[in-house]
Amino acid sequence: MTRQNPTSPPPLISVQNLCLTGRRGTGPETPIVSNVSFDVAEGEMLALIGESGSGKTSIALALTGYARAGCRIAQGELRVAGHDVRTMNASELRSFRGKTIAYIAQNAGAAFNPALPLMEQVIEPALAHHILPRKEAVEHAIALFEMMALPTPHTIGARYPHECSGGQLQRIMAAMALITEPEVVIFDEPTTALDVTTQIEVLEAFRVAMRQCGFTGVYVTHDLAIVAQMADRAVVLKNGNVQEEGTTRQILSKPAQPYTQQLVAASQPHLRNHDSPPLSAPLLDIKNLVVGYGPPMANGRPTHTIVDNVSLPVCAGETLGIIGESGCGKSTLIRAMAGIQPWADGSMMFDGQPLPARIEERTPQQRQHMQLVAQNADLVLNPAMTVEATLRRVLTFYNEDASDAAIKRVLDMVRLPQALAGRYPPQLSGGQKQRVNLARALAARPRLVLCDEITAALDTVVAAAILDLMMELKRELGLSWLFVTHDLHALRSVCDHVAVLYAGHCVEFSTAAALNVPPHHPYTRKLENSVPEMQPGWLDGVIQHNGLRQSGAERAPATGCSYMPRCPVAVAECAQAPPHTWQAPSGAHIACHLHAQDLS
Amino acid sequence: MTLTLPLRRLSPLLQVPVVITLFWLAVAFAGPFIAPCLPGEVVSSTVFAPISAQHLLGTDYLGRDVLTRLLYGTSSTVLLCAAATVLACTAGAFLGMMAALQQGMTDTLLSRFMDGVISIPSLLSGLVAVATFGSSVPVLVLAMACIYMPGSYRTCRMLALSIVQKDFILAARMRGEKTGYLVVREILPNMTGPVLTDVGLRFIYAVRLLSNLSFLGVGLQPPQTDLGSLTRENLLGLVYGAPAVIAPALAIACLTVGLNLALDGKGRRQ
Amino acid sequence: MTMTAKLGMAIARRLGASCVSLIFVVVAVFFITSALPGDVAQSLLGQAATSDSVAALRHSLRLDQPVILRFASWAGGLLRGDFGVSLVSHQSVMSMVHERLIHSLLLAGITTLFAVPMALALGTLSAIFRNTIFDRAVSLLTLCVVSVPEFLVATLAVLVFAVQLHLLPALASISDIHSIGSFLAAFSMPVATLGCVIVGQMARMTRAVMVNVLSSSWVEMAVLKGVSPTAIILRHVLPNVIAPLFNVMALSLSYLLGGVVIVESVFHYPGIASLMVDSVASRDIPLVQTCALIFCAAYLLLTTLADIVALFSTQERTRA
Repeated sequence: MTRQNPTSPPPLISVQNLCLTGRRGTGPETPIVSNVSFDVAEGEMLALIGESGSGKTSIALALTGYARAGCRIAQGELRVAGHDVRTMNASELRSFRGKTIAYIAQNAGAAFNPALPLMEQVIEPALAHHILPRKEAVEHAIALFEMMALPTPHTIGARYPHECSGGQLQRIMAAMALITEPEVVIFDEPTTALDVTTQIEVLEAFRVAMRQCGFTGVYVTHDLAIVAQMADRAVVLKNGNVQEEGTTRQILSKPAQPYTQQLVAASQPHLRNHDSPPLSAPLLDIKNLVVGYGPPMANGRPTHTIVDNVSLPVCAGETLGIIGESGCGKSTLIRAMAGIQPWADGSMMFDGQPLPARIEERTPQQRQHMQLVAQNADLVLNPAMTVEATLRRVLTFYNEDASDAAIKRVLDMVRLPQALAGRYPPQLSGGQKQRVNLARALAARPRLVLCDEITAALDTVVAAAILDLMMELKRELGLSWLFVTHDLHALRSVCDHVAVLYAGHCVEFSTAAALNVPPHHPYTRKLENSVPEMQPGWLDGVIQHNGLRQSGAERAPATGCSYMPRCPVAVAECAQAPPHTWQAPSGAHIACHLHAQDLS
Repeated sequence: MTLTLPLRRLSPLLQVPVVITLFWLAVAFAGPFIAPCLPGEVVSSTVFAPISAQHLLGTDYLGRDVLTRLLYGTSSTVLLCAAATVLACTAGAFLGMMAALQQGMTDTLLSRFMDGVISIPSLLSGLVAVATFGSSVPVLVLAMACIYMPGSYRTCRMLALSIVQKDFILAARMRGEKTGYLVVREILPNMTGPVLTDVGLRFIYAVRLLSNLSFLGVGLQPPQTDLGSLTRENLLGLVYGAPAVIAPALAIACLTVGLNLALDGKGRRQ
Repeated sequence: MTMTAKLGMAIARRLGASCVSLIFVVVAVFFITSALPGDVAQSLLGQAATSDSVAALRHSLRLDQPVILRFASWAGGLLRGDFGVSLVSHQSVMSMVHERLIHSLLLAGITTLFAVPMALALGTLSAIFRNTIFDRAVSLLTLCVVSVPEFLVATLAVLVFAVQLHLLPALASISDIHSIGSFLAAFSMPVATLGCVIVGQMARMTRAVMVNVLSSSWVEMAVLKGVSPTAIILRHVLPNVIAPLFNVMALSLSYLLGGVVIVESVFHYPGIASLMVDSVASRDIPLVQTCALIFCAAYLLLTTLADIVALFSTQERTRA
């Protein structure tokens, strides 16, 4: 804990020995946060870093004097901008919240009232605290919308929440927080639910707002790269306790505590896949696949095409990565491979044999040799069955040895102790559940494992361990993996080949190594530029270089390239015809109208 | 001993209603065997007699022993309603799970039909059934079963649907598991709690319906009695505050409120 | 498509669904009541009747025709407003039902007038002060009321107000209403009893709806913006509960239909429900059919109205 020295001004936020408790239903009170102390100086941005369940959101809410149902501020001192938060009565708290301290929630989609136009909600704090008359509040809001680089700032306020995208809502929420020019702003994981390309736009808008409005802030996040861009100092939390406190640079470059060291190591991109196997015949060969929903139209295509004319090979013993933002069709593609989403056109070959579209028509061998590991282990594991029962059923079903020794062997494979065999899934941690989920697939002795965003719901350290496990299994068992993700670091780290999906099209297919060699498809480049680096000041450099990015209203041309509306280098041709695929010197296959020299 | 142990683990707020429920179940099964007199026997010349050592709950409008009639009445109310509930919920659960697993046309047709049945208020369906088929025990049980089956169907279908969409069902289906395995091992164990709550609720509805019908005089016919008809036949005793009318009324209230409190407490805990 | 046209389409679809349900009810009521085992004519005339008189009655009741034909002529009659003739009193069902229906509507109307505001207030207050003593007490009371059969509430009301306190007459005689006093005397007991049942149901459902919205993210956000509690209720809660509350009202008022049967019987109130109970006891099938249809139609009308209100109140949000 750094005590302020006599010459420096007193901190704007001072938290001393804060303890928060909570209870479930009528159960006993348990501590959520114990003995947390930190100070934030005026104009400073402090990051609260921690994994899920570390109590970081509870601390942030406590700064506003608020505790969620069942929770309580048990003890400690909370001073924010000259107010003693714990001694304020209800009406004092009301005039404190929204005026002195503003809060930006994680999920803007849920935090806006669906029945009110956005402008009404944005100017509400200014009206409630009698800071501005309505007309000026509206003008101020529009100015903030402009600063946040929102499209059509004059009319966007008339929309309802469901008419805006997640990234727009998050920026509008920031405008709502800033309209009263509060002294303190709390950001509670404001970009966690967003795609990486949207996240960077929102982060840039926040960064500009921070510089122009000069507020003091607390930024709650689990992502160290965001901390590097947004915060001056950071507090690392684990299980409601402070692990470490220091400047951002110090935490990132010289972490002192073991947990922080683990966290920093897990957040650094590093290559796990060192020895790519020699190229062999494809184990799964996808040719011109078209998948969609709805009844087929006159030309034989489905009403809503999700995956459009995708061809990909998955070679034996290698890992193919598929990356793209939400809605790009990567989940649909993996569901089609798994046989649970019939395709409209195209074909698949598995081990030289044609693979039927529907799982019911596949042979028992085909089903056994291709196993799906879905994203959310909570949904994949039957909560009413023990780990042992789940694994035993898979073993007996495929006529494998289902003895206790065999179950132990499967658990060993995913590095789980045998003591967990008798547990039910709700009694396991998130990482353990995901390991059981993997074990369930491995018990069938598959040749190809389809992984759908298996690290997306996990904490950074746990996710890194799962990726390590994947690579070990690949070496030990000679498995092939299909790895679907939205995380470029994870993709680079484990894959031999990568495919970039945009709006159902495969825009780039290359070896993982070739990802570092230009030229690239404009979307691949955008993806790469959107991932924040661990280097403090990186984002400011990007803003200085590019100016604020603005995602306009987009509608792809009926014929032509689907990426055209967002493409910075689009030419007239792009609206006319779909792009053809050509091969770059690096070996990458790129679907773009422009050529290597234009894209470098 | 075996009963008290799990009881002690419940919160005191739950213990009371659970004990009440168990008590009524015991009365339902043991009632006719422990009754001091015969239900039709006129044992006293005083009608609407107050509580006395001889007749613990006094006598009714004909001078019969109220305790005896109450024990018999409770037995028929509880057993009839339990039979109807079991029938309704078994059929409802079976059809509901089938609809959730099959989906498509089967689901649509079944659900439309059930919605139609639900759109008739239960007391009306009861009245229509009695008007048509008379009020015998099988008619009452079957009518109640038919009236409450759609509700059970709806609950079970919703529950099963939410489970069927989970990935562990998908995984089992991808493995090629048979429907029977899916229902018995994967779906049912995950919905027992809510289904039991639903069964309890439907039992309360059935008790209400049967009592209402009997109170209106179109339910169980003499010489058979249930709690509703006991209240009806002794309604005159209300003027004297006779236990003959208060006892069955209290019994119904105790049975339904006790069970509902137990279910409410269970729901709150989850 | 414009907003209005879309709304019109949605309403038309809802009305269509209601019509289908109505047809289902008409068919169901007829075929269930026609499935009587044995011979209606025989059972009406008793064992002593001659075979000639039975045959004559069978003919006059059209029981010698196939069931489909009977249904066609019955349904045709319904369309013309002809509900048949009572088997017992030989009066036209229409004339028997007419006056009784007005009495029942009066009872239901007055009850609704009292019960709905009270239930909404009670449910909303318990939701706002949830988990306090007040909420617990309301919850326990309403749970008791909704658990017990309706006749118990009625019996209890008679015991307290008529027998013990001698405040009100035990029977409702609405034929001799001359003054406000006699009006109150006649209606207060049935209305209070019926109201009790409705308030119990509705307050519980209202609480559930309100709690759902009060624990939403946007209400939390409004608190963190420093918005006053009144403004939170008016701006952030109310617009989002209108549609579900109308649903609650429709569902609760349909309990009124069940409750009305009991209340009319207990207080000897000359409404349509007591007529139906009498007709069930005497197995007067045409009367039973008509009464059942009226109740089902009322229920359908209520739920349809609630859904249409819900469509109106959410139309802003569904424009796209």
